[in-house]
Amino acid sequence: MKTMNSDEQILAVRELTVEYPQGRGRDPLRAVDKVTFDIAQGETLGLVGESGSGKSTIGRAILGLVSPTAGSIEFGGQDITRAGSRERRALSQDLQVIFQDPYSSLNPSRTIGATLAESLRLHPELSKDQVRDRAADVLGRVGLPRTAIDRFPSNFSGGQRQRIAIARALMVEPRLVICDEPVSALDLSVQAQVLNLLSELQREFNLGYLFVAHDLDVVRHLSHRIIVLFGGQVMEEGPAEAVYSKPLHPYTKALLDAAPVPDPVLQAARRTRREQLPIVSGAGQPAGCPFATRCPHALPVCHSERPTMEVTPVGTSVACHRWRDLNSVPTLELPDRKISHAR
Amino acid sequence: MTLVAPFTEITDVSGSSSADSRFVRRLLRRPQAVACLVYLAVLAVVAIASPILLPDVAAERAGDLADSLQGPSSQHWLGTDSLGRDVLQRLLVGSQDTLIGVGVALVVVMLLGIPLGLLAGYVGGRLDRTLCWIADLVLSLPAMVLVIVVLSVFSQNLVAAMVTMGVLTAPALFRVVRAATLPVREQLYIAAAVVAGLSPSYIVRRHVLPRIVGPIIVQLSLLAAGALLLQTGLAFLSLIAGPPAPSWGGMVADGVGVMFQQGWLIWPPGIAIALTVLALGLLGDAVRDVSTEGWSPKRSPSRSTKQREKKGAHAPAVSVDDDVLLGIRNLTVSFASSGGNVRAAERVSFEVGPGETVGVVGESGCGKTTTALAILGMLGHGGHVEDGEAHFAGQDLLTLSERDIQEVRGSEIAYISQEPMVSLDPAFRIGWQLEEAVRANTPLRGADAKRRVQELLEQVQLPDPKRAARMYPHELSGGMAQRVVIARALAGEPRLLIADEPTTALDVTMQVEILELLRSLQREHGMAILLVTHDLGVVADICDRVVVMYAGEVVETASVADLFAHPGHPYTQALLASNPHNQHAAGMLPTIPGSVPELGAMPPGCRFLPRCTQSTPACELGTIPLLQIGERHESRCVHAREVRST
Repeated sequence: MKTMNSDEQILAVRELTVEYPQGRGRDPLRAVDKVTFDIAQGETLGLVGESGSGKSTIGRAILGLVSPTAGSIEFGGQDITRAGSRERRALSQDLQVIFQDPYSSLNPSRTIGATLAESLRLHPELSKDQVRDRAADVLGRVGLPRTAIDRFPSNFSGGQRQRIAIARALMVEPRLVICDEPVSALDLSVQAQVLNLLSELQREFNLGYLFVAHDLDVVRHLSHRIIVLFGGQVMEEGPAEAVYSKPLHPYTKALLDAAPVPDPVLQAARRTRREQLPIVSGAGQPAGCPFATRCPHALPVCHSERPTMEVTPVGTSVACHRWRDLNSVPTLELPDRKISHAR
Repeated sequence: MTLVAPFTEITDVSGSSSADSRFVRRLLRRPQAVACLVYLAVLAVVAIASPILLPDVAAERAGDLADSLQGPSSQHWLGTDSLGRDVLQRLLVGSQDTLIGVGVALVVVMLLGIPLGLLAGYVGGRLDRTLCWIADLVLSLPAMVLVIVVLSVFSQNLVAAMVTMGVLTAPALFRVVRAATLPVREQLYIAAAVVAGLSPSYIVRRHVLPRIVGPIIVQLSLLAAGALLLQTGLAFLSLIAGPPAPSWGGMVADGVGVMFQQGWLIWPPGIAIALTVLALGLLGDAVRDVSTEGWSPKRSPSRSTKQREKKGAHAPAVSVDDDVLLGIRNLTVSFASSGGNVRAAERVSFEVGPGETVGVVGESGCGKTTTALAILGMLGHGGHVEDGEAHFAGQDLLTLSERDIQEVRGSEIAYISQEPMVSLDPAFRIGWQLEEAVRANTPLRGADAKRRVQELLEQVQLPDPKRAARMYPHELSGGMAQRVVIARALAGEPRLLIADEPTTALDVTMQVEILELLRSLQREHGMAILLVTHDLGVVADICDRVVVMYAGEVVETASVADLFAHPGHPYTQALLASNPHNQHAAGMLPTIPGSVPELGAMPPGCRFLPRCTQSTPACELGTIPLLQIGERHESRCVHAREVRST
């Protein structure tokens, strides 16, 4: 499922910071705070966090839909932090997007064919028939019939619309696709179909993905590496399996424990474990770790000092003052998460 | 594992790329639109032709004075005016000025209002603020006075008057266009078009404009009617089209002057004005409807929601146990569609005990929400209960009148939906909305009601209940909003809470907290919960028993422990297997091949057969009954016992 064909970096994000103005007399809201990462050709980077963690904003900044306050974004060796409309137009051949909401991401008044053809408007050398053939081919590739071309989005279910959104991204043979919660709005059974399709396409076209989601279970399947965000800052990052099975940051653990598992016995055990932790209600922004206000293990230092990223023995990096003593690392007895199997 | 996707036959729609000819054809299918078009077309022909055919009328100062103020006769069909001129001829010739006036005003309004409105709405920022400021300024000018001032400079100049009118009313269209553009601009497909490198002008023309033609057309038809009235008003005052030139307004003025000698004279121009205003308004409505119906989802003809048919004598007499709070028997719900009635839920039976949590699971389109809404008597859009019973506290909910079921809703059975934000009114403070619910469902009033609101907000564990009561819905996060909605649901201390995907729109961390809250509320109040969800993880977390639905039928009911340990239906097994949590990281995720059959296109025999991996020829034979396969464990599968033991 996960294969990387080359190590060529296509995206390099350095200390990206995005602030939203909050109106007169109020400090701007820092949605993304000094986030740094790379994505290689054919690689998937998973970006996980809850709403307000800045994960979608990072994707939008790369796409040029919001402008960064500080930091830099390089795509294919070219600085695109503040790319103008002409550069963006050229970039659209390499950089595409799939949004979360398959209902609002397709214009209901345009046929599927018209929507797909738009991506090829920058290729005036293609004839109308060539564009139509290309659209039919791509639709076939995502598992929809040719006849879909002349239909309107309202004729399709959520899963089918998401396939159309994927087809739109593939019209131009991109190198990197920003997937902004592409399966969050879908039924679990349809989620699996779309995730499988995305990973097939990745292998076939050597696509890079930035996969944004709030559910670690979903992200793990597609991702080679995972970044866990909270309050705009990176909490933990590393190879997908290491982050998933040996989480070291209290927030990553909370996130993993939050997703209910389809096994009543295991779920009851998880619930008991969670209930034993002191309940902390989050309010206010500390000067230190953004998770401190909600962290059951927070010490005074967590509120006053921002933790630095530290490399751990399991190959991940974690930003937490207490990761060593919470995980009793001196003896290297790292918590190993059990993965349940229904039968 | 299917690589090529499951694809169900797409419902046919008459939409295609040659939209223009289809638009006209659809418009012509509406009798109302045809009548308006015919009227306006005749008027246009008359306006062009009659001054040519009747060249003398415009300059005719007086007719046969001896024959003045006559009613309709064979010689003068619509009678004669105070100067003995033929009313019909003057009416026909006078239509030209009227139409020119309206046309000029509309062109000016459109040229100013549409581009500037699109610009302000799409670009936003300082440009938007400046344009809005100018629009407000222009709107605050007294239009009639300015038009009269202009006419005092350009005496009797129709075009000058109507251009002025157009400029002064353009802000009305500007504001409509801007307001319609703003939400469209936020749609993700606009963002997708920007990412695709399309130019702003292309996006505005192809993506924004087609979405807002509806309001534009309606506004234009209103403005046209307004321009017509202004034009006739000015003619009435003789500010334009001074004598002897015929005009509708002038004719009304003439008629008013001699009303007591001949009351008839105000009627012909009055009716012409009224009909034209009406035709413009109705045509605007029709064009708006037609311009959107090509791509909007088909809506079945709306029928009364309360078409509860009398149950046949065959319905078995039901004895209701004391330990059953809600007992659903043979519930069948159908919706009217273009191809006849389709059943969204069929012979659904299950029970909810007091204080019990029952989960209803299945994919979208399996009838989960339909079942929940039918119990509450809230089926919209042509849905109706064909058959079945829903016993709750000694009465059959399905036979209650609208008023009686309203009594039950809120006080006995509460409902929360997937979208907490949508169910809160953005215009009112949280405290006020909760107080309203308290007053509706309890005898508490005044300070008592306020105290109860505080209690409710504390119960749902909002961090600062006093502050929360003063907040507006937009100030709440999704998780907080769901807490507020739950607080409102608790106002009447219901015995049953029906929760339709209460956590689907929330983050996993929020989901945990809401499930925790539901669990603690249940412990404290002994409330039963009917939880509709597609997530088996949620079921494992909170439910006691589970009802699995597929394609409108209950396919399995079991206790949670039984269902997860020994699922007795291949569909349940497939649902469990496709949960991403159960998978190893490497390899493809198992999926259920195919998709849920469309309503009204159910396969014969077992409905899951086309997607089932364990089917045999026996599965095609007739309707499959629910089989008892264990203690309170039923499955609608002929191989249930073998399936269960695998």
